[in-house]
Amino acid sequence: MDENSQDFSLEALRAGDRAELARVVDAYSGQIYRLALKMLGNPQDAEDVLQNTFLKAILHFPNFEGRSSISTWLYRIAANEALMILRKQKPEIPVPGEDETDEDDDYLPVQFVDWSSLPETELASSEAHTYLDAAVRQLSEKLRMVFILRDVEGLSIRETGEVLGLTETAVKTRLLRARLQLREQLSDYYRERLRQENIR
Amino acid sequence: MTDHDDTRCNDMLGSLSDYVDGELREDLCREIEKHLAGCANCRVVVDTLKKTVYLYHETARIGEIPVDVRERLFKRLELEDYLKKS
Repeated sequence: MDENSQDFSLEALRAGDRAELARVVDAYSGQIYRLALKMLGNPQDAEDVLQNTFLKAILHFPNFEGRSSISTWLYRIAANEALMILRKQKPEIPVPGEDETDEDDDYLPVQFVDWSSLPETELASSEAHTYLDAAVRQLSEKLRMVFILRDVEGLSIRETGEVLGLTETAVKTRLLRARLQLREQLSDYYRERLRQENIR
Repeated sequence: MTDHDDTRCNDMLGSLSDYVDGELREDLCREIEKHLAGCANCRVVVDTLKKTVYLYHETARIGEIPVDVRERLFKRLELEDYLKKS
């Protein structure tokens, strides 16, 4: 996912080269904004995260050693910024059964309606997209961040772990729970679309 | 997950992400596929889970950064000179 990372001169960025910085901003601002918007659901908050991410990056470029890719590093700053906003808005109350060490019983599938063969026009309608975004925001912060990084942004399990400071096992556990929860929610929504499709 | 053998269905659940991502060991894939062949509910779970992942992945394709958001970002970072070059 980070094919551009090697194209940037860390030396120039550390030295404060504006042209190189502009290239980095153009390469990564889209994905940082998308992550923030999906995570927070509010364009103004997402814009704050976007601006603060790059302001912090500029501040810390001189100390950036390049051990992770620029993309992973920027995602890490952005994830922290987004989580800070969420904590200010509403400190998260731990959800029972969410901890990685707990059993998976709460995540057992209960809906068995096969909506996967609905036409693309139904699956990807603008109404469906609104529902998809709302469903993600129903996830807890922990599950939501892992899911967005992995399944929306396309980071690998290892990269997602690097961004969030999690082991690969913890990423996999959260990802599975997020996916199963979303599948249940989407089943609620598409079951109705399926019913309407069958009436026609 | 199904009426006939809940244990087998639940055992499969832990490997489901790796399976839909195509990252599961071949012998475990074969076990899952053998189970899926006889379990309609698990087939639905796998198919709709795959579709769930696909639909969210596709949402990354839409929604570029709005022009005004990009402009304000460049101004905030004092990069106005580079705004038109991209």
